[in-house]
Amino acid sequence: MSIQEAAERIAGQGESAPRAARDAVNQAMVNNWVEAIGDRNPVYVDEEFAAKSVHKGLVAPPAMAQVWTMGGLHWTRASDDPLGAMMEVLDEAGFTSVVATNSEQNYHRYLRTGEHVSATAKLESVVGPKRTALGEGWFVTTKTTWYVGDEAVADMVFRVLKFRPPDAAPAKAAAPVLRPVISKDTEFFWAGLREGELRIQRWGETLRHPPGPMPPDGDLGAKPDHVVACGRGTVYSYVVHHHPKVPGKDLPFVVALVELEEGVRVMGELLDADPETVHIGLGVEAAFVKIDEELTLPAWRVAR
Amino acid sequence: MKDCPVGTELPPLTIEATPTFVVSTALATRDFQDVHHDRDAALQRGSKDIFLNILTDTGLVQRFVTDWAGPEAFVRSIKIRLGVPCYAYDTLTFTGRVTERDGDDVVIAVSGVDSLGEHVVGTVALTLGGE
Repeated sequence: MSIQEAAERIAGQGESAPRAARDAVNQAMVNNWVEAIGDRNPVYVDEEFAAKSVHKGLVAPPAMAQVWTMGGLHWTRASDDPLGAMMEVLDEAGFTSVVATNSEQNYHRYLRTGEHVSATAKLESVVGPKRTALGEGWFVTTKTTWYVGDEAVADMVFRVLKFRPPDAAPAKAAAPVLRPVISKDTEFFWAGLREGELRIQRWGETLRHPPGPMPPDGDLGAKPDHVVACGRGTVYSYVVHHHPKVPGKDLPFVVALVELEEGVRVMGELLDADPETVHIGLGVEAAFVKIDEELTLPAWRVAR
Repeated sequence: MKDCPVGTELPPLTIEATPTFVVSTALATRDFQDVHHDRDAALQRGSKDIFLNILTDTGLVQRFVTDWAGPEAFVRSIKIRLGVPCYAYDTLTFTGRVTERDGDDVVIAVSGVDSLGEHVVGTVALTLGGE
């Protein structure tokens, strides 16, 4: 069924069943409303003033017409709600975003405390597809009528634009990378990456990577520090990963073991490299891939 | 009766759309959509912050016009078109002028502008009362 056909079917169903407001028009809700909006018109709150006015007694603000029948916190649409039905049709057609564009309310008379309103809604028109600043979309117009008993007291024409956002590039998920286990022995290395430094553990004259708890000679009393690598090196070995999928990576990608000028070897992804042209001995430079505030991964780029 | 020929300007109304204002008006209009009270949810949905809801715009337009017309007026209709959002911490300024007059019946053109541009534009029809 086309969007137009679905619209005709929904419009053909006419007015939805009347839905009663949760509460009768009441002073408590009026008081909250005028306080929040900042409306100091005395005909809503000052009984004595209102009685002497043209309204001959307290009235509810006409702009509250829609408020009485709002759904509340745990609201779900009624099954015969025409706007809900039309939204579903357009969602399925890929017009997934919505923005209200027009509200036109007519007040046939002011409401008073104790009156209980109910509302019906019907689909007036569905117009589209239209090119808009927000993207291609359809204007969906519904009409709501509020009744007290059989008397129509207010109505509203409400229009929304249901649109497909222009090819917003799907946001690359930042989170789903494989996260390293960071220990007391390796903390300095990851802290360095966050600051754009490639830090190599040093035990006296000896550099060691990956960092560990002891120097290569096993001296239990030794304490390490670190040097900051200059970041230049050559590819010592590499693999081109085709399969299986790796979270956060587009396949294929290259992982290179790089021999640094300092003499140690460090592993990382070789970014933006054509797997065909990668070779042992290729000159590379350190790169830093920020995943989030906590994690930056070491990587390589082909040296210029 | 107000002396207000076509062209009469209404005194402007400035609203500081503090987070408290955005949230309290959303709740007073019984609109519990998260984008009007939950900043994290608003950001997740691509908004800069929580923003004013439509029922509040209708209420503000009514207040702006009746502040000027006085308590004896009857509001007959409020027709608004929405433009840019009004996010928390923005300032909304309403201006308006009389565009039609037929005896006691007048039509006011209203515009509400914030730092992003025209947030709401519309017309209000009302019947002026005696004074």
